[in-house]
Amino acid sequence: MRMPTRGGVGQPAGDWERHGGGASAPVVACSHQGGDGGHHRHAHDDDHSHHHQHVPHVRAPGAVVLIEAKGLCLTREGRLTLDNVDVEIAAGEIVTLIGPNGAGKTSLVRLMLGLEPADRGTISRRPGLVVGYVPQRFDRDAAIPMTVERFIRLGANVDQSVVARALDEVGAGGLARRQLVALSGGELQRVVLARALVRDPALLVLDEPARGVDHLGEADLYALIGRLRDERGLGVLLVSHDLHVVMAQSDRVLCINRHICCHGVPETVAQHPEYVRLFGDAARAFAVYHHDHDHEHDLAGRPVAPTHDGGAGNGEHA
Amino acid sequence: MLEPFVLRALLAAVGVGLVAAPLGCLVVWRRMSYFGATIAHAGLLGVAMGLALEIDLTLGIIIVALAIGGVLFGLGRQRLVPTDTLLGILSHAALAAGIVAASKLAGQRLDLMGYLFGDILAVGNVDLLWVLIGGGLVLVTVGVWWRTFVAIAVHEELAAAEGFKVVRAEAVLVVLLALTIAIAMKIVGVLLIIAFLVMPAAAARPFAATPETMVAMAGLVGALAGAAGIAISSWADIPAGPAIVLVLSAASLSVIMWRALGRSGG
Repeated sequence: MRMPTRGGVGQPAGDWERHGGGASAPVVACSHQGGDGGHHRHAHDDDHSHHHQHVPHVRAPGAVVLIEAKGLCLTREGRLTLDNVDVEIAAGEIVTLIGPNGAGKTSLVRLMLGLEPADRGTISRRPGLVVGYVPQRFDRDAAIPMTVERFIRLGANVDQSVVARALDEVGAGGLARRQLVALSGGELQRVVLARALVRDPALLVLDEPARGVDHLGEADLYALIGRLRDERGLGVLLVSHDLHVVMAQSDRVLCINRHICCHGVPETVAQHPEYVRLFGDAARAFAVYHHDHDHEHDLAGRPVAPTHDGGAGNGEHA
Repeated sequence: MLEPFVLRALLAAVGVGLVAAPLGCLVVWRRMSYFGATIAHAGLLGVAMGLALEIDLTLGIIIVALAIGGVLFGLGRQRLVPTDTLLGILSHAALAAGIVAASKLAGQRLDLMGYLFGDILAVGNVDLLWVLIGGGLVLVTVGVWWRTFVAIAVHEELAAAEGFKVVRAEAVLVVLLALTIAIAMKIVGVLLIIAFLVMPAAAARPFAATPETMVAMAGLVGALAGAAGIAISSWADIPAGPAIVLVLSAASLSVIMWRALGRSGG
C-alpha cells in the first residue's frame, strides 16, 4: 500500500530526555525496545561502546511538538536501513538531518511523511497537522501542460492572489504564467516551495532542497527557509548531505547513519567524534557560511534590495 | 433529413468523443495506453461471456474489463517482470481467448468483425442509452476525482505526502477506464478503441497551457472527428469506426509533425 498512513494522532509528549534512552543493538535486528535507559551499544563498533550524546536543546520550553517519531526501524532488502531512530520536530525550529549517502535520510523522511510504513516504531502527528513537502527529485513531464499557477493550486485550492503572494515570498514573482517544464532548476525549486507554502503548513519538509541550485542560490534558499521559520513559526525538517550552508540556519542537527549518531546545535555536532568519523576531512572544513554580497538577485537576474535581516534564530547572515 | 440510425451514430460518436477526452488525457499523462489496450482486448472475451450467460453484452464487457483491470492493478506492484511485458502477456492472452471464445459462438449471434472494428451505424437505442448514462456517470466521477488525478499525474510522491488518496484514485481510474472502454467498444471496436482515447489528447497537447484546457480541446477534437468520420463514412461508403480513427490520426499526426518541424526549423 502506498496510501499515506497517518501515524497515531494524539498530542505527543514533549519529553526531551527520552532521546537519550537507548537499547542494546544487534547488527541486523532492530534495536527497538522502547526507552529503557540501557546502554546503546553498536556491534559494528568493535573497539568501544558509547552512549547517545546528551546535548542541550535550544528550543524554547513549551514549544508545540508537531511530529514525533519513536523507535523507527526499517529493513529494506535484508539490510537494516533505520535502526531505532527518534526524531521530534517542534514549531519554530529547523532540524537538519545530515548523513552520508545511503545513511537512511530519505527513508526516514518517507516514513515521517507517511509514504511508507515503518517496520517498527511509531509516528505521532499533532492532530490536523498540515505538511508542506519539497521532494528531492522532481521529474517534469512535458506530456502534461502545466502552468506554475495551476501547479501551485494543486497544493491547495487558493485564489490567484494567494499564489502570487507565495511566489513573491519565495522570490519567484512573475512566474505564474510560465510552463513548469520551462523553468530552470532553481526556479522549479522555489515554485515547489511556493506550492508547499500555499497549503499554510505547520511543518515544512525539504529533502535536499539545494540540489541543482548554485552555491549562491543555495545560501539564499537557506536564508529564505530561516526567514519562513521566523515569520510563520514553521517547524522545518531539512535533509542534506551538504555540511556548510545548512548548518548556519539550523537549530538542531541530527547526524544519521542508520541510527542517530549524534545530535545537537550545529557547532556541537560538528565537533562530535562520531560526526568527524563519518565525514572525515569534510567535517574539518566545516564553517558557518557567510555570504557577503550586499544585494540579491531576483530570478530575472535583477539586483534587488536585501530582504533578510538576520533577526531571530541563529542565522548569521551578512 | 438524417435517418434515425445516422442520428444515433452521430450522437454516440460525439458522446464517446466527449467522455473519452479526460480519460484519454490521463492515459497519455500516465503512460497507460498499453494498459488501456489490454483492457480493450479483453472486451471481446466479455462479449463472448455475455452471450454465453445471456446477459447484456455491454455488462459482460464491463465485468471482464474490470476483472482484467483488477489483475493489472494487483500485479502492477510486482517487480519481477517489467510492466509493459506483463501487459504484453495479458493483452494478447485476452485477445486470443476472446477470439477463441467468439469463434465458438460465431455463426450463432456474434459478428466478430463488428466487435473488432466497431459498427457504429448499428448502434441501437440501448447502446445510445449506455453512452449517455454510463458516459455521464464516468464524467461526473472524473470531475469528483479530477484534482487528485492531476496531482498524481504531476508528482505521485508529492501528492501522497499532501494527503491525496493515491491508491484509491488509481483504482477509480482503472474502473473508469474499463467503463469507458466498455461503452465505446460497440462504436469503434476492440482494436481501435485506444485511438479514441489517445489521439484527441495528442492533438490537443500543443495548444493547451493547463490540464483542463487540454481536456476541453481533446473533447472538441474527439466530438468533431466523430461527426466528420460519420459524414465521410456515409458519403464514401466506408466503415464508420475506422473512418473516425483516420480523421483522428490525421489530426494528431499533423499536429505532432507541425510541432516537430517547427522545433527543428526554428
